[in-house]
Amino acid sequence: MSPIHHDHSADAVLAAMAHLPRADPHAPTVPFRADRTLPIRVEMARQMKRRRTQIALGFMVALPLILAGAFALGSDNAGPSTSSFIDMAQSSAANFAIVVLFFSSSFLLTVVVSLFFGDTVASEASWSSLKYLLAMPVPRLRLLRQKLVVAAILSLAAIATLVVVSVLVGLAAYGPGPLSTPTGDTFGGGAVWWRVALVVVAMISQLAWVAGLAFLMTVATDIPLGAVGTAVLLSIVSQILDQITALGALRNWLPTHFSFAWSGAMVDPVNWFDITRGAFQSIAYAAVFITAAFLVFRRKDITS
Amino acid sequence: MILGRLLRSRPRRWVAVASVVAIAIGALVAVQVATAPVAVQPDNLTVSVPGGPGESETIALDASLYVPTVTPAPAVIVAHGFGGSKKSVVDDAERLVAAGFVVLTYSARGFGNSTGRIALDSLDYEVADARALVDWLAKQPEVAQDGPNDPRVGVTGGSYGGALSLMLAGTDPRVDAVAAVETWNNLEQALFPNNIGRVTVGSNPPSPSAAGVAPTPAFVPAAADGVFKQAWTAALMSSILAAGPGAGTANENDASPGGPADNPPGNSSGRDGPNGSGISPVADACGRLMPQLCAAYLQVAESGRISSAMTALLTRSSPAQVVSKITAPTLLLQGEQDTLFGLDQADANAREIAAAGTPVAVGWYPGGHSGGGLDGQSQDRITDWFRYYLAGHGSKPSRSFQYAVAGPVSQRGTPRVRTLELPDYPGLDRTTTPEHSIGLRGPAQTIVNPPGGQPAAITSLPGVGSLASGALGGLTAMPGQTALFVSKILAAPIVVTGSATLRLNVARIPTPSPDPHADHSAVLFLSLVAANPASTNDVAGDTTGSDSSSGGGLTTGGASPAGQSGLGGIAAMLGSGPAGGAVAPIRIPDLPADGTPVTVTVHLPAVAFQVAAGKALGVRVATTDQGFPASTFPAAYRVSLSGAGSGGAFTGAAGGIGATTGNVLVPEAGGVRINNDESPVGWAIALGAILLLGFAALVLVGRSRNEPRRRSRATGADSVIPSDAEPPPPLVVTGLKKVYPGGVTAVDDVSFTVRRGEVLGLLGPNGAGKTTTLRMVMGLISSSAGDIRLFGEPVSPGTPVLARVGSFVEGSGFLPHLSGKANLDLYWRGTGRPASDSYMAEALAIAGLGDAIKRKVRTYSQGMRQRLAIAQAMLGLPDLLILDEPTNGLDPPQIHAMREVLRRYAATGRTVVVSSHLLSEVEQTCSDVVIVSEGRTIAAGTVGEMVSHSSDLLVSTSEPDAARHALARLTGLGEIEAAPGGIAVDRGTVSVTVLMRALIDGDVPVTAIAPRNRLEEVFLDLIAAGSMRSKDGRAEEGHAEGGQPPHNSAANGTAVRTSP
Repeated sequence: MSPIHHDHSADAVLAAMAHLPRADPHAPTVPFRADRTLPIRVEMARQMKRRRTQIALGFMVALPLILAGAFALGSDNAGPSTSSFIDMAQSSAANFAIVVLFFSSSFLLTVVVSLFFGDTVASEASWSSLKYLLAMPVPRLRLLRQKLVVAAILSLAAIATLVVVSVLVGLAAYGPGPLSTPTGDTFGGGAVWWRVALVVVAMISQLAWVAGLAFLMTVATDIPLGAVGTAVLLSIVSQILDQITALGALRNWLPTHFSFAWSGAMVDPVNWFDITRGAFQSIAYAAVFITAAFLVFRRKDITS
Repeated sequence: MILGRLLRSRPRRWVAVASVVAIAIGALVAVQVATAPVAVQPDNLTVSVPGGPGESETIALDASLYVPTVTPAPAVIVAHGFGGSKKSVVDDAERLVAAGFVVLTYSARGFGNSTGRIALDSLDYEVADARALVDWLAKQPEVAQDGPNDPRVGVTGGSYGGALSLMLAGTDPRVDAVAAVETWNNLEQALFPNNIGRVTVGSNPPSPSAAGVAPTPAFVPAAADGVFKQAWTAALMSSILAAGPGAGTANENDASPGGPADNPPGNSSGRDGPNGSGISPVADACGRLMPQLCAAYLQVAESGRISSAMTALLTRSSPAQVVSKITAPTLLLQGEQDTLFGLDQADANAREIAAAGTPVAVGWYPGGHSGGGLDGQSQDRITDWFRYYLAGHGSKPSRSFQYAVAGPVSQRGTPRVRTLELPDYPGLDRTTTPEHSIGLRGPAQTIVNPPGGQPAAITSLPGVGSLASGALGGLTAMPGQTALFVSKILAAPIVVTGSATLRLNVARIPTPSPDPHADHSAVLFLSLVAANPASTNDVAGDTTGSDSSSGGGLTTGGASPAGQSGLGGIAAMLGSGPAGGAVAPIRIPDLPADGTPVTVTVHLPAVAFQVAAGKALGVRVATTDQGFPASTFPAAYRVSLSGAGSGGAFTGAAGGIGATTGNVLVPEAGGVRINNDESPVGWAIALGAILLLGFAALVLVGRSRNEPRRRSRATGADSVIPSDAEPPPPLVVTGLKKVYPGGVTAVDDVSFTVRRGEVLGLLGPNGAGKTTTLRMVMGLISSSAGDIRLFGEPVSPGTPVLARVGSFVEGSGFLPHLSGKANLDLYWRGTGRPASDSYMAEALAIAGLGDAIKRKVRTYSQGMRQRLAIAQAMLGLPDLLILDEPTNGLDPPQIHAMREVLRRYAATGRTVVVSSHLLSEVEQTCSDVVIVSEGRTIAAGTVGEMVSHSSDLLVSTSEPDAARHALARLTGLGEIEAAPGGIAVDRGTVSVTVLMRALIDGDVPVTAIAPRNRLEEVFLDLIAAGSMRSKDGRAEEGHAEGGQPPHNSAANGTAVRTSP
């Protein structure tokens, strides 16, 4: 009667249906375990295949090359500015790595970290895939936790990539050598590398708060760019407020106040106070934001 | 998580959040309050002291006594700076009284509300006053006493107050401890400096070993006709002129934030001083200055040269007279940014005090008269000094020498200041401070003293600070008036600590017609600068005369131990200010008019100054400086270096083309960098704790099943359900309600039951609440009221029973950057269930996407996404399949296939719920139907029931009028209307049998009687009834009007069931 009966695609579908096993209502055999849902490697695969992840990581490779090229092209004539790390970038691989980190720390890494943390849940919401993840069901807190871990791994991978490529480019272009600072401190031998490592650790700790903020925003909004943008914006606001001396001691509690604490790793003795307090402050903010993210997401109505 | 459980309910959560915020704010406030100093109200009093030589009246000193909580306690006299009053030192007094000292502040004679005239810290007047105050303290019961008329007392002050402190301690053995800040040793030398050393006339160059006769500038004979520090002196004078006699109220506005200091007008550091408004004109040109001082000052101001009368007066005002008699331990803090009282003044004090065997400690802080007050560390050092030497508390203060070095400007725009420490103060004496010889070079340069002496270089303004940077930076060296000699670019930074020394050849360029009245002496100003590498053109064009050759190709004389790289082409940027803002004036007494060169040794200002690597050390020689009186006679000088290797190069006044080289001896004390920061241990512990907590939380959250254990067990592989019991229905929804925040009610009252094997249609118009209901079933949104049970399990977010549910709700959700296949694969892997359970092949067949399955999802049409999403919902063959509008976007063949799929799926013993707003869809697909409208279930049953119980009948007849007539006799019948091929009858309460008989009895030719309505009619009737009911609030009447649909009212929550 209906022409549909002659439709071959429908036939194929129905043929596939013919062999479905019957359900046994008395023995529901769904071997489901909530603590095995959304394994890290699955979430990692989902994120790694994204273009923005690849671009962000690729840029971490490109930036040291770009900077090395810029230094090679530029003249030796230093400007009338003060002597700084930038002037000393070409003195050794370690110096070059520090300069690359210096250029990256205040904005680029903030954006990259905000991207990884601020995009992770909001993008699922914007794709409408979040509801299917939750209906798998991935328990909500577990979903956030897996997302958090993967965003952290990606962020650390980005920073590690930046550092490793910087060092390699530096070694190729300027050779090994002591780490020298504008204040005249020079660190050679093994001290070079543990100081660079300390700089990296201090820098990572200073990014924790923005990661936490972006993570809270990604839970609070369904617009990925809104989450990323808010985190970056508030980071800039904090940097601006830090310039206002009238705020006095209150500035010490701004999350970006110790954002340059890593420079304390390159003096002798190491300025542990700024590094430690800065790390605590940043991570404490991150803890507050992330806890809030979990509380918000736990009972949130998923309407995307 | 306990916290999570605690915070589960919404009100409790907000209470908790509010509490945390409140606690945080409270803690902040508490910290602020705790750190705010508690102001101690001083007793204001007046102490009368003798007027002194030549002064008939006694002097009333306006004083304040600050008493600590515990008495008797040692006392500290805090003396204020020039132009200030006792109110200038309130901060210092409060800090010391908080440390447990009795503090006496007073306005010195001639200042504030004290009477008398200013004698400039004269041993005969002000110092005697201070001794009288010690007498007074000896009578106070609050003050601890060492003996009869011998209080335990320390004295401190800055600048004017510092000199008073030293002189009091030098004349009164009862003083037990001294802390003097930024003060002088020899006032004449400070105000009339002459940094010239040895002078040799003629072309006979001295041997290098003879360079310099005096170890420091402070050892330069003071009588050597110094150059008047006019700008500073005038600024200080105007501070007392503007105040006028008795104008103490002018000083009440503010107190020094940075420590005791002098108070020139326009002082940027906010120290007090006259504000200049509303001051009555003063008759006396010197204000409250003593007449003899005034007379001497007027003469100096006019001539610009010191007089013997002035010398005699200033000698009485110099601690140099008495510091060797000090027995009290003395702390000397001197500013590195101080063009008034330089580091050499503190050095002289320290040397003379130490020579007598008295303990003395020295520190240099990054501030001074030209650049900021005492830093916190230095203030603490003063307090600790008194605490130990007066109160006997605390550990013995270190006598180590600490000095600050400003490094390159940081990202924040402030110099990175670091503090270096040496175990002992090395002094500026070159016998105790290592010196490095750094080679300088530069051509012989001609510099001109312009007629009238203007314009003059501005290196430092009293009260504004040095001009190393800022808008006026370009004025620190005037073109044509400045010669520059620079080192090679430094490979490593050097830190100059003290007074560098070099030798210069200076020759007057003979003028054709000498002015007979011209001054034969020549005044030059030298300063140390950090020079930037730049092109040689800049050297020739800007810093040297037009007759100078370029500096390229020079060879250096002498290698610097600091290490230098061999780059040519160096010049100083003109804007670079001198080290410490300081210039060293030299007056060469007799510079031959015929051009015979004179070799002079010059001591550059004592500084703590870093020249960074990549820069060069430079020495600038200028003919003018705004801080000193200008020589109005035009003159031109030829300046060149006089060094070890330059004797031959320098060939006299006429032949000075080409390079000259020489060495500058640079003291570098070195030292160990110290960290004055607080201990990070507390923060480290807090950091460790928070990291540990965070890590633990992360692990726990990963394990959490998000649900109480009782629920999670029921559906797992380990669940045990007795096989003989009737399994609970797949889905039971009871009294479900959802009110969104903001009051929008999306679902009001929905109840229905889905039994195993059904294909249930959830039917309702758009906005009826179907999707919201399904979202609640899936745990995506929380319900406001009611109960949802899936396979007997209550539903909450992420409940494990959802693993038995496959869903497609309100559109597909795929990762657009992945292929359809990859999406399904990752989805299944995300469930954590074995791949063998996925039935992926069947799902892919149902999706029917062919090769498109390998394309990225973002390239799919809506129908393709739809099919992929349904396939995803079917992965793992869930026991309950929930599909929301599954046929949207499908074409008719696909719709048909989909219906068949759903029917066959249900036939395997599984259950399907389909929502739709399309009647035909439900009618053709579903076995059962639930009708939802405006958030309520208004009907439920099988599709067949719904249709057959319809009350409208279509009577097919050729004689509709006869039929009407036949039926007119029946009571309880509803409307009759015409219909194609017959009439339509609302049979109302009349049964079909009675109706048929009536027609037969009326002999109406009936060909067929059939229910007229299909589901559409039922649906529309129900919707209309439902909306009426919700408007009227009378559900039962609505039903009656609705024509008795075959259902029990949804209001009582039970639906009519008919077994399939």
